Amino acid sequence: MPGAIYAEGLIKTFGEVKALDGVDLDVPEGTVLGLLGPNGAGKTTTVRVLTTLLRPDSGKAVVAGIDVLTHPNEVRRSIGLSGQFAAVDEYLTGRENLQMVGQLYQLTARDAKARAARLLERFNLADAADRPAKTYSGGMRRRLDLAAALVVSPPVMFMDEPTTGLDPRNRQQLWEVIQELVRGGTTLLLTTQYLEEADRLADTICVVDHGKVIARGTADQLKDHTGGERVEVVVHQPDQIAPAREVLAGLGKGEVSVDRHTRKLTVPVAGGAKLLAEVIRELDSRDVEIDDIGLRRPTLDDVFISLTGHAADQPAQETAETAETADTAETAEIAPARQEEGRAGRASRKEGVK
Amino acid sequence: MTAPAELFKAAAPRPRGGIVQSVADSLVMARRNLIRMTRIPEMIIFGLIQPIMFVVLFTYVFGGSIQVGGSTSAQAYREFLMAGIFAQTVTFATAGAGAGIADDMHRGLIDRFRSLPMSRGAVLTGRTLADLVQTALTLVVLAAVALLVGWRTHEHLGKVLLGFVLLLLLGYAFSWIGALIGLSVRTPEAATSGGLIWLFPLTFISNAFVDANQMPTVLRHIAEWNPFSATVQACRELFGNLPPGFQASDAWPMQNPVLASVLWSVLILVIFRTLAVRKYRSASG
Repeated sequence: MPGAIYAEGLIKTFGEVKALDGVDLDVPEGTVLGLLGPNGAGKTTTVRVLTTLLRPDSGKAVVAGIDVLTHPNEVRRSIGLSGQFAAVDEYLTGRENLQMVGQLYQLTARDAKARAARLLERFNLADAADRPAKTYSGGMRRRLDLAAALVVSPPVMFMDEPTTGLDPRNRQQLWEVIQELVRGGTTLLLTTQYLEEADRLADTICVVDHGKVIARGTADQLKDHTGGERVEVVVHQPDQIAPAREVLAGLGKGEVSVDRHTRKLTVPVAGGAKLLAEVIRELDSRDVEIDDIGLRRPTLDDVFISLTGHAADQPAQETAETAETADTAETAEIAPARQEEGRAGRASRKEGVK
Repeated sequence: MTAPAELFKAAAPRPRGGIVQSVADSLVMARRNLIRMTRIPEMIIFGLIQPIMFVVLFTYVFGGSIQVGGSTSAQAYREFLMAGIFAQTVTFATAGAGAGIADDMHRGLIDRFRSLPMSRGAVLTGRTLADLVQTALTLVVLAAVALLVGWRTHEHLGKVLLGFVLLLLLGYAFSWIGALIGLSVRTPEAATSGGLIWLFPLTFISNAFVDANQMPTVLRHIAEWNPFSATVQACRELFGNLPPGFQASDAWPMQNPVLASVLWSVLILVIFRTLAVRKYRSASG
């Protein structure tokens, strides 16, 4: 019995570029799948095929039990799509936007109106409901866009990078809404570039690259695959590298790697912040002066490097993350921004949109 | 705070289909575009300035120096001219339809609409219908300005109104060409310029501003069979604006301009509506 979202061997070529090279997905009803990958990996193309916007060259796609290729209009009744851009009419008010979408979902004018009012309230847009959407902030537009996707509470939802470009507070709010939605039993396919987002929202994660699913599993499984967390130390003097290395070798659970040029030492660890404190005490007792120290969790880039080994086409990554817990708002904002910068060089493989 | 189960409980869409849904969806989309127009009044104002300028410039700059029929009187040219300017105005509305649709594509709105269980032609029909309303309003203002500068009709009201209906039909047919252009280009800017350039030869190699009989043979044949000329000629007949002693050419559309105008407009409408809706189905933002 295939799940609420099912895809088999999806292939789509744009000219020379293979945007999808045999994507298989199976999302059980009521669960969340995170589609993780860099720009151009095929995430958006996959969403476009599953939401009837794009016909694949070959393959099979079934959403909510309906064949996407043979019955696209029936599929459209059962899905909600929140795309990469806040797709709202700027000159219409928030209320007018939602009423319009409701009517286009074939609700009666009265139902559409009632539904719009409820959603505006729930998404904290009631005060701005009768202002044109062009006066909205980025976060408000995103919320309006998401509300539009929820007008008929479709059983299957697609969200393409729902929080890209949002500030930490808005991201947090949107996550809460999405979690509430999922508790209500909605099946969700979510694309993201942020491991943390997938970590928090998704039951299962599929990592895509070059139009293929290259790994699947839970967030923990993927992190384990990349070797888990590490402690990174930058010492003040080159002659302190040796004692620092001894400390790390003693407390870490793997090989210590050393970059003499930057005086940086890295070691895989288990034990989190507590262990980090121990490392600091130990270094202190040996009078090792440190410039920087941090507990580094695997990022999407780490997952990528370990899965594909094609870190070579990326610029070397400076990591300035310090010993913060991964859910502080600051991490959520800074870390992904860095990842994006680092990835700019590999954007040559364009997805077939925009 | 709303209970999740209640908030996300499905509000079931009515299963509808066919023509009822097409009409309903088109009206929803037309309403959307009309609301937009009221929020961007500058668009309507700019849309009026150009034809008003043409009315004034042609009347006072060229009036009296362009010979139509056997007459060089300024009044004869003024009356001759107006049908041409009206027709040019309705065709220029196509650029607006194109730019609007290209803008929707650009902003991802077309993707949203295409993911909804709505009629496939409604986005475009709604836009073209809203443009039709705007064109009608423009014509009202333009006719008032024309009356101010001395334009008069010499037929009964029914015929005059029929002339305006033909103009609107032509404008509606052309807006589907604009829709197709809007779906085919990458940016709203390209849609605006792409939607305008071809209109200049179309409206100038015609009988709109001069008597086509006086053109070189090749141009004259083009002008006579130009769909645009048929409507202009039909309006001149229906308004009673043909100058004294004017000899319509023997070409069939010039002899039967009202019928030719309807046939041309319907043909353009059918062809370009089909092409545009097909393009919409496969459009990618």
